[in-house]
Amino acid sequence: MDFIAILSIFVLACFVGYYVVWSVTPALHTPLMAVTNAISSVIIVGALIASASSVGFASWLGLAAVVMASINIFGGFSVTARMLAMYRKRDR
Amino acid sequence: MDNASLPGWALLAYLVSGSLFILALRGLSSPSSSRRGNLMGMAGMAIAMTTTMVTLAPIPDDHWWPRPTPQDLWTLAKIVIAIGLGAVIGLSIARRIQMTAMPQLVAAFHSLVGLAAVAVGWAAYLSPDAFGILQADGLIDPTSRIELGLGIAIGAITFSGSIIAFAKLNGNMSGSPILLPARHVINLALLTAIIALVGWFTQDQAPWIIGAITGLSFLIGFLLIIPIGGADMPVVVSMLNSYSGWAAAAMGFTLHNTAMVITGALVGSSGAILSYIMCKAMNRSFISVIAGGFGAESGAGGPARTDRPWKRGSAEDAAFLLKEAEQVIIIPGYGMAVAQAQHALRDMADQLKKEGVRVKYAIHPVAGRMPGHMNVLLAEANVPYEEVFELEDINGEFAQTDVAFIIGANDVVNPAAKTDRSSPIYGMPVFDVEKAKTIMFIKRSMGGVGYAGVDNDVFYMDQTMMLLADAKKMVEDIVKAMQH
Repeated sequence: MDFIAILSIFVLACFVGYYVVWSVTPALHTPLMAVTNAISSVIIVGALIASASSVGFASWLGLAAVVMASINIFGGFSVTARMLAMYRKRDR
Repeated sequence: MDNASLPGWALLAYLVSGSLFILALRGLSSPSSSRRGNLMGMAGMAIAMTTTMVTLAPIPDDHWWPRPTPQDLWTLAKIVIAIGLGAVIGLSIARRIQMTAMPQLVAAFHSLVGLAAVAVGWAAYLSPDAFGILQADGLIDPTSRIELGLGIAIGAITFSGSIIAFAKLNGNMSGSPILLPARHVINLALLTAIIALVGWFTQDQAPWIIGAITGLSFLIGFLLIIPIGGADMPVVVSMLNSYSGWAAAAMGFTLHNTAMVITGALVGSSGAILSYIMCKAMNRSFISVIAGGFGAESGAGGPARTDRPWKRGSAEDAAFLLKEAEQVIIIPGYGMAVAQAQHALRDMADQLKKEGVRVKYAIHPVAGRMPGHMNVLLAEANVPYEEVFELEDINGEFAQTDVAFIIGANDVVNPAAKTDRSSPIYGMPVFDVEKAKTIMFIKRSMGGVGYAGVDNDVFYMDQTMMLLADAKKMVEDIVKAMQH
């Protein structure tokens, strides 16, 4: 994939992001931040490549990044789930 | 691991993963679809991680099953341990964290994304071959160098900025702004230097340049956040959310990875929109927030002038009036959460509903310490979300409301924002509580003023009853008085 192709995806995704985020109800803005935090840890893809394919210091940097990104992924999704479970309808 | 060597199925899988992330955010358009959205986000992450692991597996060309050497198995073991370690830490934090501490948690998580981006960027710089960004002449592709430089810079700013935001929100550091002389000049000079170094990096890939980019970016992230006061933290947390997205996107460009680029764009826009919403709710420009110093200069209104006449009410008076009301609107602020009064408040609302009173909650966008924070705190106290309304949806109802019940809020009900041009909060959207028949204002004492440090005319209005006590104690007393 050349640079222009990936740039096209990026620009279109920015537009998608703009419209999707405006449709998020303000009541869920805190879960939104928690979940965006979890998904931005998709950077773990780069960390896994560094851990597996490089040697020496670079692979240790990769492993450190895997730990950090994993904290975010597991912590972010589960704290979001915990918050969303609290939003309930009137039960009386 | 050159991108050209990635099989078609892997490219497709990353696209699926990116699309699932879009659906995860889309699910947040209503509480009923949000849990399914969160599951889609988890699925997207599982697909991205599994795909990467499989493409990295040592599968020979003439084979369909991996043929690992002991070295490969050791690498796999290290990765599994790293993920397991992260999972244990992440899950135990997520389970234990208090909802009031959510802003600091999010700030801490942002700092990890930032630092991970710096680590990945450095790993790619040190072993470009592994990332498929090495040219035939043994140098890193110049386009990739820009992406790496920017990714590391944004990651480092996110990291150090989030650390400061965390320390301020968690109380490890005073919330008051720290103003260095000539800070704007220093910051502009640092920013220019970073951009110039990234440009230079395309011509010369010397280690000192990328080292300097990293160091200066850590420094500017720190300097950017220390002058910003506690009241502006919702904007800062949102802004750092946005930065963490841009850092992931920059790394996605380096790896030519669709899932990372889509995610980066989503998170980047999300944080930017939330910052915009918060700025608008405080009537501040983004530039003035970034410039910092809010809360340092003394407000034109000055501290509360207690020589003006005001009326004090008791829990019994409040209980009587509340029971007689047709509609009550509760306006909670962060002070309610500090006093841990949300559960007592829900009890009070339940009692009122039994008496046939309509109870609604009115939430200002800056009521908590981060966007949507107050909604989470009320949800935790089992307040049904249909009873919770946003500022613009409920502000027209105060004229038909018998009691406006203000607990732990102050600036968001200050009419000076509408009338007094000299007030530091002038122009901020506020609740029209003065239109309600009765105003009940729970406050610890008459001396204290809001975050913005300005007096509030609502204290001295004819229909206002000041309920001076700890918020939780007062609400509990009102509940008791109602039962008699």
